[in-house]
Amino acid sequence: MLLQIHEPGETPEPHAKERGVAIGIDLGTTNSVVAVVDGEQPEVLRDERGDGLIPSVVALMPDGVVVGREAQALRARHPDRVVSSIKRLMGRGVHDVKALAGVLPYKISASGDSVGMVRLEVAGRSVTPIELSAEILRAVKARAEQSLGQEIDQAVVTVPAYFDDAARSATKDAAKLAGLEVLRLVNEPTAAALAYGLDTGAEGVYAIYDLGGGTFDISLLRLQKGVFQVLATGGDSALGGDDFDHALAEWAFTQSNVTGLDQAGATSLLLAARAAKEALTGADQATLRAELGGREIAQPITRKAFEAMIEPLIQRTMRACRQVLDDAQITQKDIEGVVLVGGSTRVPLVRRQVEKFFGRAPLADINPDEVVAVGAALQAKALTRGSDTLLLDVIPLSLGIETMGGIVEKVIDRNTPIPVAKAQDFTTYQDGQTGMLVHVVQGERETVDACRSLGRFELLGIPPMVAGAARIQVTFAVDADGLLTVSATEKTTGIRAEIAVKPSYGLTESEMADMLRASLVHAREDMEQRLLIEARVEAERVLLAVNAALAADGALLSPEERGGIDSAIAKLRHAIKGEDRDLINAAVEGLDHATHAFAQRRMDRAVALALKGHSLDEVEASMATDPAPEGSRPGASGPTH
Amino acid sequence: MTAQALFCHTCGAIQPPGQLDHFRRLGLEPDFDVDGDIVEKRYLGFQRAIHPDRFATKPAKERALAERQAVALNEAYEVLKDPLRRAAYLLSLKGLDAAVSKDETVRDPELLMEAMEAREALMEATSIDQVEKLQAKAGADAIAILSDLSKAFASDDLTAANRLTTRLKYLRKYLEETRTRRITIEQAQGTA
Repeated sequence: MLLQIHEPGETPEPHAKERGVAIGIDLGTTNSVVAVVDGEQPEVLRDERGDGLIPSVVALMPDGVVVGREAQALRARHPDRVVSSIKRLMGRGVHDVKALAGVLPYKISASGDSVGMVRLEVAGRSVTPIELSAEILRAVKARAEQSLGQEIDQAVVTVPAYFDDAARSATKDAAKLAGLEVLRLVNEPTAAALAYGLDTGAEGVYAIYDLGGGTFDISLLRLQKGVFQVLATGGDSALGGDDFDHALAEWAFTQSNVTGLDQAGATSLLLAARAAKEALTGADQATLRAELGGREIAQPITRKAFEAMIEPLIQRTMRACRQVLDDAQITQKDIEGVVLVGGSTRVPLVRRQVEKFFGRAPLADINPDEVVAVGAALQAKALTRGSDTLLLDVIPLSLGIETMGGIVEKVIDRNTPIPVAKAQDFTTYQDGQTGMLVHVVQGERETVDACRSLGRFELLGIPPMVAGAARIQVTFAVDADGLLTVSATEKTTGIRAEIAVKPSYGLTESEMADMLRASLVHAREDMEQRLLIEARVEAERVLLAVNAALAADGALLSPEERGGIDSAIAKLRHAIKGEDRDLINAAVEGLDHATHAFAQRRMDRAVALALKGHSLDEVEASMATDPAPEGSRPGASGPTH
Repeated sequence: MTAQALFCHTCGAIQPPGQLDHFRRLGLEPDFDVDGDIVEKRYLGFQRAIHPDRFATKPAKERALAERQAVALNEAYEVLKDPLRRAAYLLSLKGLDAAVSKDETVRDPELLMEAMEAREALMEATSIDQVEKLQAKAGADAIAILSDLSKAFASDDLTAANRLTTRLKYLRKYLEETRTRRITIEQAQGTA
């Protein structure tokens, strides 16, 4: 028999590292969702109210960071401290976001490195989009750990297919900062197809139309026998439901005759626009109510008028749809089905336009908010525990380098299957030239200015030769995550230089180390702060509910009882102002106790009413104002677009 | 099938991709006429076996080998499934570099004349209808070239194969231009 010989250190590991459960995360512009396959079936992890969505909202409060619904609830009172739509800034430089200036409800720092990533000025702090995304991922991780009862340190994270290299790197950095190893970045439409295809056993070519809060993706996939092969992908990384809100908000502002818009007004207007947009999904008209410059405005709007506003935006998505069909060299009739993903596909005009373009009714029998996270969870399982399914993805945007005169020479074309490595030879243009600057760009346009600059590096030490004699081979390698490494070699001498396209948009290793250290030091403090904030939010909720009950049924109380409740309320209000979490919790309990008899009496009355022949619905409606009703928390809302 | 073993027959570990031409990598003989269905089937079959996702829990060295295998497989697939790239690659295997690499000037005067006339017609087209007619003609020409190419390769007439490959390349580029032209006209009509 043959003996196996291994290099030292390269022996097969005797026991594959014991791996815990890996989760799937949809890190969305508006909401994030986490799912897991623990056993056979994928499952979305929900909070105690059954809600799977974690709003991608971060509040930087003086006493700590708050994420999700609680952060959303803080927005009305602290518009200057609450940040949302962070995903739109991932991997973006100052130059890129100029186009978004005035659109985003927070200030972007113009200072600093002009090629580096943007920073946000929030509540007197300067933070990167990566750090803010890491806060969201920490909250997601915490939910998963709480509901699974174990530590989680591995995840598959989804990104828009149309995310460029910088945005992908930034996303990976954010996960690392949150203590998660990214097993794989998966494109959102691919994840959706995985979940959908496995669920329905679909075969053939499917179009995945994914319109989220801030990004639009269109992908064509061929599904056959467990292989999910992406044929072509396209989209717009700066187009989504947020833009519908902005169109509506701008319109309402010009109608209002208010001059000058402060941040609080802008926030109020945007929230109102979103509410109106959501109302118009089911109703033919709605009223947009906001507070502007201390004055209430109420602007009625019809669905028809709203649709006229957003029509040009939807047309942009249709142009991208035509492009992917051309890229894949197929036509509408080759497509088996169209799957809708993303909250913004609830807008009726979007559905009508998709149906018109593809000539068939889109499939919407899946929850567009959760399907991406489910797909990510399935892929996480495939990577840790094996699977019969396989994802074959492509790069969304062409990669190239700058040549003389600012012209782009493409090295890898878009829609090339990954992983991929391609080499191209270049030469010197001057006699005796000893160095060469390699400028890596991404995009479809011919000139460097119109493409995205990913990084530059220099190959030095080329021996002096006549112009055109040197043979410089530039190699582009894109791994299965869609991340790029570029290297250059002078072939006659073997001189080499390499970059992973990272430093200009992601975090440098030392920045990353500093941030990790800081987060460890503050971890305990942060936890305490978080619990304190949660206690306060809970206390506010109880106060609201009690006050509502008192307003409705205060007559059921004797003056004595009323005095007891009032004093418990005063105690709780006082405790909320302090820093002692236990005191707050005790005061909440005190109020609970003081209102116990009151709650009982309201219940009795409700039952008595029911016995008198009132319908059960009325009884339930009257109970709904009881203290501590589930589902009436401030800031709670239905699915968002 | 002559494809090199993907896995060691003794220990089962994944092997480096090695030096194989694109045809042999998919277990095919170098020939212009390939069965598209077989290319697809072999490609997916090999991907199932060597895709890096299958090695996510394996040691770094095996992961790196899987990645290299997948890179080589993707490259072979991309070349073989596209008749233009397949023709150019086959010519290069036979020691002839077709004028398919970008920016190479076309020396065929007949083709140059044809290209100039077609471009002029495209620039003069002002309606979607006209563009679609030009598109259809170029599309039909491109399809006709495929059977000519097949014959040229079968009779080992590399000069003819080379000329046809260059012509196919030009038609591809022209078809791309017709699409751009169509979008320009559509947008002009949309804003009018």
